[in-house]
Amino acid sequence: MHPILILVSQRIALGLLLLWAASVLIFAGTMILPGDVAQSILGQSATPEALANLRAELGLNDPPVTRYFNWLFGALQGDLGVALTNGQDIAEALGRRLGNTLFLAFWAAIIAVPLAIFLGLLAVRYRNRWPDKAISGVTLASISIPEFLIGYLLVYFVAVKLGWFSSVAMINDSMSLGEKLSAIALPVAVLVLVVLAHMMRMTRAAILNVMQSAYIETAELKGLSGFNVIFRHAFPNAISPIVNVVMLNLAYLVVGVVVVEVVFVYPGMGQYLVDHVSKRDVPVVQACGLVFAAVYIGLNMVADIVAILSNPRLRHPK
Amino acid sequence: MRGIPISALIGLVFTGAYFLAALFAPFIAPYGMAETVGDVWEPMSRTHLLGTDSIGRDLLTRMIYGGRTTIFIATMATLLSFTTGAVLGFLAAVIGGWIDQLLSRFVDLMMAIPSLIFALVVLSVMPVTIPVLILVMGLLDSTRVYRLARAVAVDINVMDFVEAARLRGEGRVWIIFREILPNALSPLVAEMGLRFIFMVLFVSTLSFLGLGVQPPNADWGGIVKENKEGIVYGIPAALVPAFAIATLAISVNLVADWVLNRTTCLKGGRGG
Amino acid sequence: MGEPLLKVTDLKIEATAYPPGEPPQDITIVEGVSFALEKGCVLGLIGESGAGKSTIGLSAMAYGRGGVRITGGEVRVNGRDILRLGVRDLRRLRGAEVTYVAQSAAAAFNPAKRIMEQVIEATLEHGRASRSEAEARARALFATLGLPDPDTFGNRYPHQVSGGQLQRAMTALALCPQPDLVVFDEPTTALDVTTQIDVLAAIKDAIRETGVAALYITHDLAVVAQVSDEIMVLKGGKMVEHGATDQIINAPREDYTRALVSVRSIAHEEKVPTADPVLRVEHVTARYRGTSFDVLHDVTVEVHPGQTLAVVGESGSGKSTLARVITGLLPPSDGQIRFAGRPLSSALAGRSREDLREVQMIYQMADVAMNPRQTVGTIIGRPLEFYFDLKGEAKRKRVAELLDEIEMGKGFIDRYPAELSGGQKQRVCIARALAAKPRLIICDEVTSALDPLVADGILKLLLNLQKVENVAYLFITHDLATVRAIADSIAVMYRGRVVRYGTKSEVLAPPFDDYTDLLLSSVPEMKLGWLEDVIAHRKMESAGN
Repeated sequence: MHPILILVSQRIALGLLLLWAASVLIFAGTMILPGDVAQSILGQSATPEALANLRAELGLNDPPVTRYFNWLFGALQGDLGVALTNGQDIAEALGRRLGNTLFLAFWAAIIAVPLAIFLGLLAVRYRNRWPDKAISGVTLASISIPEFLIGYLLVYFVAVKLGWFSSVAMINDSMSLGEKLSAIALPVAVLVLVVLAHMMRMTRAAILNVMQSAYIETAELKGLSGFNVIFRHAFPNAISPIVNVVMLNLAYLVVGVVVVEVVFVYPGMGQYLVDHVSKRDVPVVQACGLVFAAVYIGLNMVADIVAILSNPRLRHPK
Repeated sequence: MRGIPISALIGLVFTGAYFLAALFAPFIAPYGMAETVGDVWEPMSRTHLLGTDSIGRDLLTRMIYGGRTTIFIATMATLLSFTTGAVLGFLAAVIGGWIDQLLSRFVDLMMAIPSLIFALVVLSVMPVTIPVLILVMGLLDSTRVYRLARAVAVDINVMDFVEAARLRGEGRVWIIFREILPNALSPLVAEMGLRFIFMVLFVSTLSFLGLGVQPPNADWGGIVKENKEGIVYGIPAALVPAFAIATLAISVNLVADWVLNRTTCLKGGRGG
Repeated sequence: MGEPLLKVTDLKIEATAYPPGEPPQDITIVEGVSFALEKGCVLGLIGESGAGKSTIGLSAMAYGRGGVRITGGEVRVNGRDILRLGVRDLRRLRGAEVTYVAQSAAAAFNPAKRIMEQVIEATLEHGRASRSEAEARARALFATLGLPDPDTFGNRYPHQVSGGQLQRAMTALALCPQPDLVVFDEPTTALDVTTQIDVLAAIKDAIRETGVAALYITHDLAVVAQVSDEIMVLKGGKMVEHGATDQIINAPREDYTRALVSVRSIAHEEKVPTADPVLRVEHVTARYRGTSFDVLHDVTVEVHPGQTLAVVGESGSGKSTLARVITGLLPPSDGQIRFAGRPLSSALAGRSREDLREVQMIYQMADVAMNPRQTVGTIIGRPLEFYFDLKGEAKRKRVAELLDEIEMGKGFIDRYPAELSGGQKQRVCIARALAAKPRLIICDEVTSALDPLVADGILKLLLNLQKVENVAYLFITHDLATVRAIADSIAVMYRGRVVRYGTKSEVLAPPFDDYTDLLLSSVPEMKLGWLEDVIAHRKMESAGN
């Protein structure tokens, strides 16, 4: 087998192992921590009978390991259990909301990724001049500003004062794509702003790192044009770090979605998770946590695999 | 302290002002924390410099007390995160072997789950009190400090001057405190600033989501939540605490940036 | 016609420096340098680090590295002032009329592209040949440069060939467009000495065959004497002396040149081994954890009190590993270390404080061997406190004495390492070792990071201290000139084994084993025609076999 295939399969196996360990951690986080789950759900005033009923319903009387494996095998077969609060099938509700969240994240990524790479290149091109300084200033601001401030600023000025878009982003299946896009314009804008600065700065660093290599000087001393230096020599070596940057930021985006969905009352995974944390609906929280962790681990795994695939030393072993 | 750049100076002044306001909140605040003193969402006026909130409390007063809560939680969580992360990171680097492996793999696992998500999972079963918040945030974040501290210490640990100390027969205590720590301190202090910002944003976000500081107490994130309905009616009360969070974070960032730059200057012996 | 190929007049080059905590300053790197180079001639530029030689070399391509700017004078190539050329014309010059060979070919080749693609790129870009012609030319150059399988060599990626091969491929890259001038920037410095001689010979052949002119930049006068027609000596960005190679080597006019020529010709009387060695390494075999081959194999050497054993070998010979075994950092898998007759514990943890005190170590890179956060006083004072319990005034007094011994003086006591020059740093490390009053000091390549004249000073200091303190040295080095200067006995190491061992006069006298012969004959000598002699000699020998 080609060594690169071995490495990639090792990385995939590691990702699966990590996901499994994350499921243990999530389960442990909700089950083995101090405090009685049934008590926290029902509150201090609950009657002993109600507590006993709930414990039985949650399977709290089984040993934790049994409960974990029941949960895990259920999850593997697509059965995430039912919500405590309304008895709905979690997998079904989650599926619909996951679709909405991915719809939001997808459009944010479509805009943010090319824009960030373009601006990152611009910062490199005008290094230490005003475009570069502006970009690093914006980055500083953006890592310091909470997502909900950006959200409410947009709502306050764009939705309320200017009245261009709606301040809540409700979507449903009967809407056309255009209507949907108009509805999610503001949350998408917030997400773009949130990841853009990060991605720009990391892209800039990745490209600068490549541009400072000795082989770029060699290329310049061959008399190649600026375009050829970048296209033939910098680009092949910059793909992997840039993909890495993009993946890390997409992972970040998935988390940023939680707050943005709450700001805009968007019917996605984040809103769903937050609602059920307040209601202490443990099965829903576990399911959401698992899905978020899976997306996060998956994106990081893709970044690593791209790095392996684009490494010439691994692709052409001695 | 000569030659502080203007940006760091601004950062220092604002950071100092916020911390002082937090410290002396009861003396500065014009009204009581939970006192209803006016109408709902009164505009800014001489009696209510920032107006009133969703149930008629003085917003400036709420802001000052809220800042106290935010800064207190963030500071405590940062300290917890730092002591845990740095101590374990240094130990892992100096001792190495299976202890290092065990800790590092566990941290890898913790970092495979986004910390906000993990915090939400844990908070769904824990009573949401301030000590619990500090504990959860501090421990989750200590993974990042651990990684940095370990990386910095591993780098220093393999340098010839540490080997020279070992060959001299120095003990582990001298090596950690006299050889490694002085060289690791500056990057760690700069990181502390960044971790503090992260904590401020973290607790604000949790409170905004309704899973942080519980009413009638409020931190800045909580004040945003209380007043967010007003936005739709064109009432900017919710923007005030959000703005405070941003300015605090930016000023701490400016200071941290400056510390970090000074560090790289001292480290860069190449030019000489 | 009449104008030379390259004519540099009154060159001035500046750069912006960013000293920590201060505003940026403009500094002059090169000033008032003028020279001319005729077609087919080779000019050697020589100087220590900071002499501005690479900067001058790149000015022949009107190129400034980093923040470096050419601010004055004229650089004429083929009759036109290239400092006034536009971007397009400059591109036509670079990679076509003038090409460049970098010091580290490993970094200068793009890791993501095949070697052939990179070698012919400039030729194609400037339309100097068709693809098939360029490839044929590259294959011919690979053959001239002695690369293996010249027909398929270009299909490989840079990481798939050795460092010496890559350096030759870099030369092919520079020669492929058939330029008028090639700038060689320390092309053999990163190579082992036995590899260097082959690359040097290959470069020299290629220059002769193609009739190209060259600027040859190096810090090693003996190397440049082999390839150049003329030599220009530089110091601190200014010209010291410029003349024919013969004149510079055999009749230098300036003191500085004379010092460079006579470097490492320290006269040193060889001492006779005494009966009782202070250190005996007995049949030591060692390997690193998790590896399956021995880095050291059955090594036996001894060091006598007040004398120097030089351990010489190329990278990978195991000479630094030997130091790690002696100090206890790497316990051997077999054999033992005896110190002053008694066996030493193989692991560091098992040694007494007295054992540790008696063996001290000096490192190659003095800047990382000292804690940057400690003052010179603390660095030298700590062993005094640790081993002898000296405190306060007594300690300070002893530190001052030690500073005097290393010819620096007590004015340095409160300085930090960052405030010292390279040579001073190494002297402080010597003082730290001496402070323990050891019987043996292990010197691991202590002069190889230093400029030749500074290194000379360190070697002289070490020899003087040996006389005064009667301390023994185990001196690890790859540089035979250093060995000649200071050793009493020599161990030659090759792939983890001692291949030759004895007193200096025994080891350096024939008959030689194959490796020692190769190693000794590969060290460039400050002599014209040395390279030809060695190559001719080797050809004869291989023909004879």
